[in-house]
Amino acid sequence: MDQGVVDLSRLQFALTALYHFQFVPLTLGMTFLLAAMETVYVITGKPIYKEMTQFWGKLFGINFAIGVATGLTMEFEFGTNWSMYSHFMGDVFGAPLAIEGMMAFFLESTFVGLMFFGWNRLSRGGHLAVTYLVALGSNLSALWILVANGFMQDPVGATFNPDTMRMEFTDFAALVFSDDAQAKFVHTTIAGFVTGAMFVMGISAYYMLRRQHREFAARSFRMAALFGVISSLAVVTLGDALGRLDYLVQPTKLAAMEGIWHTTTPPAAPWTAFAIPDDVAQKNYAEINIPFVLGPLVAHSFSTAIPGIIDLEQKARVNTVRGIKAVMALHQYSEDKDPAALATFKQYEQDMGYGFLAQRYAPDQDLSKLTADNTPAVLDRAARDTIPNVFVEFWGFRMMVACGFAFVLVFAFGAYFSLRNEIEKHPWLLRASMWAIPLPIIACEYGWIVAENGRQPWTVYGWLPTYMSASSHSVGYMIFSLIGFVLLYSLFIAAELYLMFKFARLGPTDHAAPKPLEGGGPLTFSRPGYADKSWQ
Amino acid sequence: MELYAILKLVWAGLLGVLLIGLGVMMGMDMGVGTLLRFVGRNDGERRTALNIIGPHWEGNQVWFILGGGAIFAAFPTLYATSFSTFYVVMILLLFSMIMRPVAFEYRSKVPGNAWRETWDWAFLISGALPMIIYGAAFGNVLQGVGFHFDWTAQYHQDESFIWYLLNPFAILCGLLSLALSIQQGGAMLMIRGVEPIYGRARTYASAAGLVAAVLFVLGGVWIQFIKGFVFTGKVDPSMPSTPLGGPAVARQAGAWMDNFHAIPILWVLPILGVVSMVLASISLRANRPALGWWLGALSWIGTIGTAGVAMFPFLMPSTTNPAQSLTVWNATSSAYTLGCMVILAGIFVPIILCYTAWCFSVMRGKVRVEDVVHDDHSY
Repeated sequence: MDQGVVDLSRLQFALTALYHFQFVPLTLGMTFLLAAMETVYVITGKPIYKEMTQFWGKLFGINFAIGVATGLTMEFEFGTNWSMYSHFMGDVFGAPLAIEGMMAFFLESTFVGLMFFGWNRLSRGGHLAVTYLVALGSNLSALWILVANGFMQDPVGATFNPDTMRMEFTDFAALVFSDDAQAKFVHTTIAGFVTGAMFVMGISAYYMLRRQHREFAARSFRMAALFGVISSLAVVTLGDALGRLDYLVQPTKLAAMEGIWHTTTPPAAPWTAFAIPDDVAQKNYAEINIPFVLGPLVAHSFSTAIPGIIDLEQKARVNTVRGIKAVMALHQYSEDKDPAALATFKQYEQDMGYGFLAQRYAPDQDLSKLTADNTPAVLDRAARDTIPNVFVEFWGFRMMVACGFAFVLVFAFGAYFSLRNEIEKHPWLLRASMWAIPLPIIACEYGWIVAENGRQPWTVYGWLPTYMSASSHSVGYMIFSLIGFVLLYSLFIAAELYLMFKFARLGPTDHAAPKPLEGGGPLTFSRPGYADKSWQ
Repeated sequence: MELYAILKLVWAGLLGVLLIGLGVMMGMDMGVGTLLRFVGRNDGERRTALNIIGPHWEGNQVWFILGGGAIFAAFPTLYATSFSTFYVVMILLLFSMIMRPVAFEYRSKVPGNAWRETWDWAFLISGALPMIIYGAAFGNVLQGVGFHFDWTAQYHQDESFIWYLLNPFAILCGLLSLALSIQQGGAMLMIRGVEPIYGRARTYASAAGLVAAVLFVLGGVWIQFIKGFVFTGKVDPSMPSTPLGGPAVARQAGAWMDNFHAIPILWVLPILGVVSMVLASISLRANRPALGWWLGALSWIGTIGTAGVAMFPFLMPSTTNPAQSLTVWNATSSAYTLGCMVILAGIFVPIILCYTAWCFSVMRGKVRVEDVVHDDHSY
């Protein structure tokens, strides 16, 4: 296997996934926000909420189209670029993807047309139901995608079948209710709600700063801020749950995220707030430590030692010795169906993935060519491979968390001042809300990086190494597709941003509302039943 | 027959249903995209044509996504091998497919002529190219593809992509699929369109039906001379799903006709195909677009059904190592996965068909230029 092709395949997958993931969280959050706005419209009958649903729906549409388009790539890229992965894991991994299509994506996509086009053809209740179905569809879609991803992180509900040379599905419920999948589903969809809330809040803040569409903006801002406070607190809580899961399921990822090189000594083990991890020297520079925090933070305990990278690497070396025996026995069994080879394989089966890792460094990638002389070096390199890039993990995690706490603050202040009807008196907060629009998206991207870089060197943790998973393409093929994706996606993002800015600046069509007050007098409302509320 | 073999057969059938659904529903939208520049001579007309499928294209496109997902779940080895061996073609298909959603949503949001003209070209490319590739993929697997597997079941490609892109039989199949999509898209434009779109769509769609019939018959004659594949070793339909260590396979000219000779009732499928294409063309001429649309759907059933039974049980035969050809018996998922997926498909596919039909009925009726231009929600 050409390592250059594997790296290019990884680059392409990361680019297309990160690109796709700029649009997905907004879709997840906006569908529910739209449903909430429309619910208020149907209950109160106030036309401004219909206007809100339609205007934010238009911006949602611009985002949705590109999310769908780039999602197509993801569905096909496993086959076009990760053939060994698809063969090896497809029996398990394909099912949630197909279910996503049948149960979620069809629902979302069929009704999104009615959501845009059906305003005059459906009753109020009928249209509201359609909007809820779109929201349900998009969030169910996230559920199945993350069930699939959960399998890559923590492969439960499947066993390896040496006769077909692949993982085979044995327990549907275990796959769907995998802790990792469920925690990640809630964490990710709520991160989407945060993204949607920040988007609505930020653009509303822009109108408020310019004293445009004031009633519309004030109401949108308040709804988004309240939605955001709840969501952002939930996203942080679930993030903590995921960290604890990683500690249980993927100790290498957790150790890399926290920059833990040596197994900790409870209870004083410090949490490292700042460091410059060096992957080669296996140590941190310029550490800033906060003692007694790590244990309760990660393991929710003062008495648990958190394994460090250097010890995990030593452990992986032992796994690799056993894994080599597993893979050699499997190879023999695939050729002569020898029951003795099968018995040997079964004995070491749990470490098969480590054997594949070692195979990469064996002469001609053939484990039978290992000798007493070259084995130690192969074991060292394979064991070193089991540690993900610590610098990327450590800082990716910190960037995500920093974004997370930043938007908790923005939402909290926003909700507080909005509820006190003082929001227009705090232009700094309006400006902060506006500039914070990209923050949740950035946090989501870092979340993806932490989750998937931390899974390396595996595509399916502990079972199949990434280097084996890729299709055996030529470098030329990969350059062709990479250039195409970069060109097309750059054009798309330019068009998307252009339209998004254009329509956001244009604002809602305020037919019924009075002309905006130039220079900003007191906030007054013309609609009956509105002025007598506790607003000014 | 064992349960596992039955499940494999059921999934071969469901694969057919999906590929037909993809042809009918997505093909219809692709046909509209291809015809856009020809049925709409000014911006208002083009917008009208787009809005005829506006509420539905997103749902229809999911047939394509579900097609990918279902092949992944039920035929993982086929998914892995076919998408990788056809890499360059698949990437071109993806590029054109990802232009479409963006084109729909963005085209009419900006007034400029150059902007809209650019997206109209995107519609032409993203309508015609995927259909040609869809048909050409069938053309290529009918001739066999150069690949083999190593002991870990990793595929290795033995042929250059130029052959898959530019071989005459595949191009013929690609044009057939394009013609069928134009017929289906034209019928839809007639159902919901008014003059002048109606009349232009009628001309193109009825001609496309006849072209499709001619290409289909031509392909049928050609297939006699193409080397098909037959098992020479003993076949166990319940075999473990792996391309390694399967029964021997031979290549023989005309072998794709064996199933028709063995079970003459199968001739119904190619006859259904040709007759529906011709009748669809006649009904569209006779201003019966709804009937023409359903006959168009029957044409897809006839065409994909013919290709499927001709090759059965082969899915993607290998020219360089025929014994490692992918078949219905060796390329599926495990019995457990197939079983789960049958149950879920049994529940969800009828639901999908119901709500899709409901959406079409809510949005039924003619689309006129003046409605589109004055509606804030239209494309």
